[in-house]
Amino acid sequence: MLKPQKPGIPLPVPTMVSEPYWEGCRAGEIRFQRCNDCEAITMNPSPACSACFGPNLRWEASSGRGTVYSYTVVWRPQTPDFEVPYAPAIVEMEEGFPLMSSIVGCELEDIEVGMKVEAMFVAMSDDIALPYFVPMGGNPPVKS
Amino acid sequence: MVPKHFLHDVAIVGIYNTEQARVLENHDSNTITVAACRGAIADAGLTPADIDGVAAGGKAAPLIYWMRNGPAWRSMNPPSIPAVLQAAAAIAAGQCHTAIVTDGMAGVYTQRSSTAPWTRPSNEFVVSYGMFTAAEFALVARRHMHLYGTTPEQLATVSATIRNNGHVHPDAIYRGRGPFTPDDILASRMVADPFHLLDCAMTSEGACAMVLTNAERAADMSQKPVWILGGSGDTFGPSYQHPPAWSLAGRSGEINGTVGRRSAQQAFAMAGITHQDVDVCEFYDPFSFEIIRQFEAFGFCEEGEGGDFVMDGRIEAGGEFPVTTDGGVMSFSHGGAAVQQLQRITRAVEQLRGTCKSQQVEGAEVAMATNGGAGALFTDVLVLGSEKAA
Repeated sequence: MLKPQKPGIPLPVPTMVSEPYWEGCRAGEIRFQRCNDCEAITMNPSPACSACFGPNLRWEASSGRGTVYSYTVVWRPQTPDFEVPYAPAIVEMEEGFPLMSSIVGCELEDIEVGMKVEAMFVAMSDDIALPYFVPMGGNPPVKS
Repeated sequence: MVPKHFLHDVAIVGIYNTEQARVLENHDSNTITVAACRGAIADAGLTPADIDGVAAGGKAAPLIYWMRNGPAWRSMNPPSIPAVLQAAAAIAAGQCHTAIVTDGMAGVYTQRSSTAPWTRPSNEFVVSYGMFTAAEFALVARRHMHLYGTTPEQLATVSATIRNNGHVHPDAIYRGRGPFTPDDILASRMVADPFHLLDCAMTSEGACAMVLTNAERAADMSQKPVWILGGSGDTFGPSYQHPPAWSLAGRSGEINGTVGRRSAQQAFAMAGITHQDVDVCEFYDPFSFEIIRQFEAFGFCEEGEGGDFVMDGRIEAGGEFPVTTDGGVMSFSHGGAAVQQLQRITRAVEQLRGTCKSQQVEGAEVAMATNGGAGALFTDVLVLGSEKAA
């Protein structure tokens, strides 16, 4: 069963632009930017709208649901802090933006492109709750 | 009829690869880069006094100081195809007449329990998911396999072909390690599914340099000049920060999955050539799938047909489109962040001089060198010729 990594892995360092995203994660939400002028979605967090390049972006909460767009299974860890195997994936969120994450809560051989998944969050530090994705309707994995 | 282009008046007249090794004792990045510069200047039959331009990323200014050839033109572009094109443009514009383009690295990758530092830039949206280059490129390959049914055997055929080229190159780090069959590739341990160990680039140390000059000066140099016919570069964003989605699209509608298409079209138009004119494909090979992707992106075959395209010997020595004839970053060397990208160009130059130490293509007249890949959101293209464009 694929599980989230344990605390001790390298953690995100939020920026002024991205901090609301990580604040959302602490609140159990995947947040994304939407343009007040043209309503286009922007993700990853950016200083400009991805459609009109304007500055008037607001934050919204995603449903947290999506499908696996692509994935890999890693057996050679980035650093020794990571336990292998782990399964990085691009998740296409329901709202229509891609998000980098990792699949947990299922067996390796169960992962496939197109699989329906939903977000769960693992507290890695006081500041960082890291989103992972589990199969929809599956049993959430034991938290590390 | 070849259209006249100002870059056609620029030639590569000197090249040099230093010793390449998994670890180079008694060298750091600066000493090995200087060694490459000495070699390329000597290959051109020149002295440092003849150089008035240096393109070497962050090493450009130090090199100008060490060579004492200031005031000189310099480029801090990544020292790969973009720096070569920029140096060529500076020469054509008269800002300098003879430029050296170089990179080298040694002593940088010391924590061997982790992947190499240049493969895992620290970014808040990837770092905690254990991402590094193999995983980034695997996400691209997996999507292609899903869309088009590309198989692990097709990927392994690319790896075996390129590694067999390195097997017979006397200066390749993995010379004599083969020959490999696709089954050997598939039997190696998994690194980032679908990439087995032997689908992936190595890590190593070394340096590479080349000297460019104008047509007038090129006529008097030691080596037969190799001419710039065309080139360009495409990027969708910073490497290893955003999800490397196949369908990541810009405003034009072009997608990351075919990044490099625009560059190839521009380069071919500048060169006045078609795919059939390309004798040697010195494609950048960070991961096996990337070769399949490039043949599609550059229009050698239709999108989705790259897996079939690389089969049946087409990309082997003696085939229709021989690829990465020295073993590339899988078998020749992967000296760091940029040096190995320059090596695609120096190998293309050797093929056009007729002096490549492995898999020399008889009578090669046009060679295509590439850098980058969709996992890194960029691809650059350079087309070189044994004859000056008319």
